[in-house]
Amino acid sequence: MAIFGLWVINKAGGLVYQRNFADGLAQLTSNEYLVLAGTLHGIHAITSRLSPTASSSGAHVIEAETFKMTILLTATGTKFVLLTSLAEHSANALLQKVYEAYADAVMKNPFHTPEMPIRSEGFDTRITALIGTGQT
Amino acid sequence: MSALPPSRFSVLSSSSAELLSPTNSSSRFSLTSAPSVATATTGTPKPLSRPNIYDRPLNKTRSAEVSASAFAFLFSEVVQYMQKRVSGINDLERRLNTLGYRIGTRVLELMVWRTESASKAPKREIRFLPVIMSIHTNVWKAVFGKPADAIEKSVQNEDEYMIIDNEPVITRNISVPRDMSQLSCSSFTAGIVEAVLDGLGFPARVTAHNTPVDDFPLRNTILIKLDKSVLEREELFK
Repeated sequence: MAIFGLWVINKAGGLVYQRNFADGLAQLTSNEYLVLAGTLHGIHAITSRLSPTASSSGAHVIEAETFKMTILLTATGTKFVLLTSLAEHSANALLQKVYEAYADAVMKNPFHTPEMPIRSEGFDTRITALIGTGQT
Repeated sequence: MSALPPSRFSVLSSSSAELLSPTNSSSRFSLTSAPSVATATTGTPKPLSRPNIYDRPLNKTRSAEVSASAFAFLFSEVVQYMQKRVSGINDLERRLNTLGYRIGTRVLELMVWRTESASKAPKREIRFLPVIMSIHTNVWKAVFGKPADAIEKSVQNEDEYMIIDNEPVITRNISVPRDMSQLSCSSFTAGIVEAVLDGLGFPARVTAHNTPVDDFPLRNTILIKLDKSVLEREELFK
């Protein structure tokens, strides 16, 4: 069980926060992460349109052979994506806590500009306290 | 972040949300279906019988609290608003100080009213040490819901005193960017302290400084530099 990484995608599809924890996934350049986040944003929009029920919140989990990505869509359109191993069951609970840390340390910080990359020490500390090295 | 402090802190008086809410506004805004002739005969609708906000008893709100989140968002907007209108960090701190000063004058008035009006032998503090102790405990408790963590006296300058807060409530969610690292948003608190001291007749210059330690990265020191006249007066009391 391991947590590989965390992404925060703003409502326009831009990657505003990306951090790696445990090793296990290929390391990409920051440009590649940006492209992937944008692509995920598009895929997510498609899944929410494809849903047979109206007003779907889109894909929640995307599973691959060795890892899965859990997606939390907030009411304001910000997406939190957690990349974990398949056996990780606490991903949803963890994402809620990340959302809480985001609300506290990012949105209440007067030096943060909404929709811009997150450079807040407070948020980094809170995430380190939550996830640490990614080994659970 | 270790052990989270209580998420709410108290205020001295809370404004009534009900009075401001549009759904509760007085009936003169509502549309009546009655024809105008009828209203002319019944006269104008009576205003709400609820007492005016200024007439309500002050002691009722003694233990009232506001949401720390709501305050954090408000304070964040205040800092952003001011940042657009100042020329530098010192200017920003001065402005926050001025804003806190306006609160401090009211804090002092309300606290004196609440504690001294109920006591049989009302008194006024004239010595500095009891005053700073009372700021450390009473003012802090009234404004932030907890006492400050320490009082220190400067070794080099005898006119300097410090109040230390290990985890200031108002800057709990604020991360100052590196290029503004000298900025301390606790200047707001410094303004409150300055106003209380001024109001009690202890003119002083009060500033806030970040003094992080490993366990408390947000630790803040409020530095009080007393006016010369205060020290001279203290000397006479001895």
